[in-house]
Order: sequence, then structure tokens, then C-alpha cells
Amino acid sequence: MHVFVLALRRLRGPLISLISVYAIAVLGLTLIPGVDQDGNPVRMDFFHAFYFVSFTGSTIGFGELPYPFTAGQRFWVILCIYFSVIAWLYTIGRGIALAQEPAFRQAVTRGGFERAVNRIHERFYIICGYGDTGRLLVDGFTARGTRTIVIDKEQQRINDLALAALEIYVPGLCADAEHPDSLLSAGLMDIHCAGVIAVTSSDQVNLKVAITSKLLHPELPVICRSEIHDVGINMESFGTDDIVNPFDIFADRLATALHSPANYIIRRWLTSPAGTQLSEPLFPPRGRWILCGYGRFGKAVDRFLSFEGVEATVVELDPKQTDAPYNTIVGRGTEAVTLREANVEQTAGIIAGTDDDTNNLSIIMTAREINPDLFIVARQNRQRNSALFEAANVHIVMQRSDIIARTIITRIVNPLLAEFLDKLPDNDPEWSNTLASRISGACGDYTYTWNLILTRSRSPALAVSLYQGAEITLSVILDEAQKCTGEKASPLPLLLKREKETVMLPETATVLQHGDQLLFCGTPSADNRITWIAGNLNALESAIEGAADDAATQIDREQTAASSLRAK
Amino acid sequence: MNLQKVFFAFFIMLALTLNFGFVMGDIQNPAHHHIYELFAALVVSLIATVMKFGDRTHMGAVLLAASLVADLQLIGAAVVWGIAVHVLETELSGGFMSSIVSLSGGAVVANVISVVLLIIETVQARR
Repeated sequence: MHVFVLALRRLRGPLISLISVYAIAVLGLTLIPGVDQDGNPVRMDFFHAFYFVSFTGSTIGFGELPYPFTAGQRFWVILCIYFSVIAWLYTIGRGIALAQEPAFRQAVTRGGFERAVNRIHERFYIICGYGDTGRLLVDGFTARGTRTIVIDKEQQRINDLALAALEIYVPGLCADAEHPDSLLSAGLMDIHCAGVIAVTSSDQVNLKVAITSKLLHPELPVICRSEIHDVGINMESFGTDDIVNPFDIFADRLATALHSPANYIIRRWLTSPAGTQLSEPLFPPRGRWILCGYGRFGKAVDRFLSFEGVEATVVELDPKQTDAPYNTIVGRGTEAVTLREANVEQTAGIIAGTDDDTNNLSIIMTAREINPDLFIVARQNRQRNSALFEAANVHIVMQRSDIIARTIITRIVNPLLAEFLDKLPDNDPEWSNTLASRISGACGDYTYTWNLILTRSRSPALAVSLYQGAEITLSVILDEAQKCTGEKASPLPLLLKREKETVMLPETATVLQHGDQLLFCGTPSADNRITWIAGNLNALESAIEGAADDAATQIDREQTAASSLRAK
Repeated sequence: MNLQKVFFAFFIMLALTLNFGFVMGDIQNPAHHHIYELFAALVVSLIATVMKFGDRTHMGAVLLAASLVADLQLIGAAVVWGIAVHVLETELSGGFMSSIVSLSGGAVVANVISVVLLIIETVQARR
């Protein structure tokens, strides 16, 4: 509507001139006397005058109607033709100029974008920034069927979004997310808006997005990326729901990968989109490590490594600038000399952690040539270099944007899973290893997790039974799911959340309560079966009876066995 | 004094006065209603409509709507006139004349609303 109003206002002059020229031409034609075929004086009426001006003005030209004109009429018609053609050219010219004006085109694009946002009648998230992280976020949300809306400052990225092969349409706006207008256009005040995620490369922009969202729509969750701790604290001060520091998270995950590989693999499995093949677990060797690059990332890694008690030799080109430890080896790490100096032959692994992908790849190649048994961890900075890192056959590739995107998606799409991952114990490798093998047993080859919420709206049958006082243990539904799907292992309950307590890996004998929230991993068919029991009273009752029968048979069998023993 | 505002008010009022002048007289008597007056009323009404384009306020929207109504009524009157004289080729009878005049009478109401709104807006701006 704005665009239309804008267009009309700009065309006011041409339209008035057009109306005036027509009116004067018509008036003149009706006033100038003419003659009919018999030579009687006649005057042209308004109807024919308007008809004549209409076809002359548009340069169609049907001839002189209704009677051949007199010289006086022709004199007037010459003027009419020139002026009407000029008026038309003026109008059309202005119209075309208007259509080509950047401001007008921007208004048209924004109008289209706002209409697209208004047409979304389901939950959506606003994602500010369509860099590597934004791209992965959009892909991740789309794969899980959640709608997203993108704002980015660069037109090129919005074009990329338009060309991306996404299953659901994602509207994109080329605008500065710093301006509240852009967020409002993107549906900040819309009732379907479920949250704002600010992952632009600038902390200031992210901060502004957080402030805008919290002021205009306070109850909306906001997740921000922040590289600078001060800005992060500032964001926290006005209630930003989650602040993601890429360096901290990245370093934390890397430390987990080195120190507790089982936890790392569990996290990777569970945060992959449903149906991803489970990757093989890795076991990094114990011992001394070489850390190449001591920038913000390197520092965070070093801090986490020393916290975990892992010894590391730092290789850095500019130790003074980066404030590296005193025994730092000076060099890029891409040359064999530097790596030899760092004693690469005697180390367990190497972390290629500079902010340049080419250097990181070069470090990997050089180090492997000297010591082929080296465990290699590489930092990948750019999404587009994925093929290279895959070909380099690195043990662990850590990509910052991928880690941030996974963290954010998990927190938003599956808060129970996020809680579970946060609670994974750090220093119990045996526990973690057992858990990893149980998960792979329950899931088979592909990852799949789901939630079971015991409320009347989400699982009516279970809620009603519990409300009526039935005692249902976790094993009832687990056994039923296993029996019906015919799989070897029953689904694995990962987390049970009640009003006040949160239980990791709840026992199968746990008695369910109304309002429980459960997180499972297993197979999609097990999920189907459990959802079916939870929603259908008859199915639930037969499952409970089945479980009771099984128990009775078990007791019978034991009694028979006991009596036969006694008989002997 | 803003020249644009003068033009704006001028055209809106002229649309009303011309329109009113055409409607004045015996409703069935063609001698009381001259075609040039209808033509002038229609042209001025069209120009007034275009001048109201592009005002985003609520008042502007209602002004534009009133003007569009007046245009529609006047064009209707002109079309009836044209059909009566040129298509059916009858003399302009009392029946046709009265429908032409009543259509333009409707336009007068719309134009009166326009002028009233204009006055209200002016009074509000004064405050």
C-alpha cells in the first residue's frame, strides 16, 4: 500500500497535465464550428470530441469523424495532437523513471517482503545475519520444519538465499538489522514470531538487535552471538536469553573432543538432524599437543586445555602481539622447521587453529609428512572450504559456524536435549563410553531423538490414566515400544524433567507423574508407537495389561522352576 | 501561505460549485442543465481527485474516497447523456434528464463532504 501511495503522489503532476490537455482539446473541438457533408454548419458534440481526442492522443488515428474537418478544426487538431502526445510521453516517462528509482524499488521489495512475512501463519524465527552461521541455522531450522526469516545487510547474501535449494520458502530482506524498522518489517511484533537470533559478524549490531527486541517485544526470546565479553555482559544486563560466544563454545567443544571423546561424539550424534548416520567414535591419544595459532581462539583453547591438564606447545608467528607464553615457538607452523622445533615427532596430536584455512591445511600436510601417526584437529574458518578439509582426511574438523548453529538450534528446537548435553559429566569417561554405546544400540544406525510431555494436551491417554491414579512405570511404554517394533533394543530415556528435579538417564522402574517431560533416543517407529500409546486409552490399557501379564508369567516361570527344583 | 494548499482548496471547492450549478434548476427541464457545465464539473472533479493522491493520513484517505465517489457519479451522468443522445438517438426527454441530474446531485453530496472535511482539517490545523 505504501508503494502505491508513493507512486500516485509522484505521478500527480503528469496526471493533472494529462487531464488538462484532454479537457482543453475536447472543449476546443466542441466549440469550433464545422460542416456536415451537405455544407450545413454543425458543432461536434462531447461524445465525438472525446472519441476523437482519445484515438488521436494515443496516436491511433482513425481519421476525421464524424464529418471531414474544416481548416479551423484542423488547426486546432494539430495543437491537440502535439500536446496530447507530449502529455502522454511525460506521464509514461515519469512512470518509468519512478519504477527505476532505487528508493521506489526498495519500497517495492520491502512491501513484497512484508507481505510474505504476513502470510506466514505458523511459528517463525528472525535470523539477523546470513553468513556461514546464519546459513547453517536456516538449513537446520528448515530441515526440522521450522520457518525462518532472514535479514542481512548485503544484497549478495540475500541473492544467495533466494537461490538456496530450501524446502520451505524463507523470506529475506536486504537491510541493516540495526534499524528497528528492519526488525519490524521482519515481523518482530507478529504473534507468530517465536524468537530473534542475532548472528551478524558485528557485536554492536547484535547488541542493537537485542535491545530493540527486548524493548519492543519483551517476552520474545533473544539469542545473540557475541565475541567480546564486555558486550556479552551488556547483553545479559537487559535480559538477553542466551549469549553465544563463538570462541568459548568452540574451545569448550574442542577441549571436550580431546579430553572426553565420548561426550563429544554423543553431542555430535544428538545434535545432528534426525536421520543422520551415526559417525564413528574417535579416541585422541593422551600426551603433549602442539597448538598452532595463539589468537583469540588459540587462547581460549589453551585455557581449556590447561584446565583439563593437557600439556601444549604453542606455535605462533607473532608472540609479542598475541601475548603468547614465554616458551612459544615462533613461526607459522606451515614450515617443517618450526614444527620440528616444536618436536612434532614426539607429540600426540596437533591443532591447526589459525584463522586462515590455507595455513591450517598447510600445517596439516606438513605435520603429517613428518609424523604420519599424528592425531590431527583442524579449525575450519569458512564453510566453502568443506570439500578441502574433507579431502585432507583430518580426524576432527571443527567449524565454528557449525558449532554455533548446532548449539542455537538445539537450545531453541529441543530445550530438553540442550539441558541433557549441559549436564553430561565431564570427568567420567567410562560413564560416557557406556552411554555412547547405549545410544548407538537404541538408535541403530541413524540418530533420532524425541520428547514425551505428559500433559493432557500432548499425551491425553497417559495424562488421564495418571490423573486417575494408575501407576505406570517407564518400562511399560519402553517394553511395549520394543515389542511392537520388534527391535533388539528398547528406546533409551535420556532425561526426565519434573517440577523441581532433573534426572539423567532415568531408571526403567521410575513411576511416571503428570507433567513429566521425557527425552528419548531410539528409532522413529518406536517414537510412533510411544506417541500412539500416549494418546490412545485402549492401546495404553492393553500395554499395561501386557506388562502385568509378562510380570505374572515371569513369576509363574520362576515358581515352576522353583517347584521343579524342589521336586528334584 | 502555501500555494499548493491554495490550489488544493481551490479545486475541491470549484468541483462543488460547478457541480451545484449544473444541478440547480428543474430536474426534468433540459434547458436548465447545460452540457458544458457538466463537462467542467467532471474535469475539475478529476483534477481534484488527482490532487488528493498520495496523502497517507486517515483524513486524506476519506477525502480521496469522497472525490472518487463524485467522479463515479459524474461519469455515470455523462455516460447516460451520451447513450441517450448518441446510442438511442432520442431527444433528451424528461426521464433521461432527471436521471442525469440526480446522478450529479449525488456527486454534489460527495463534494459537500469533501469540503466539510477540508474545513475540519483546516480548523484542526489552526489549533
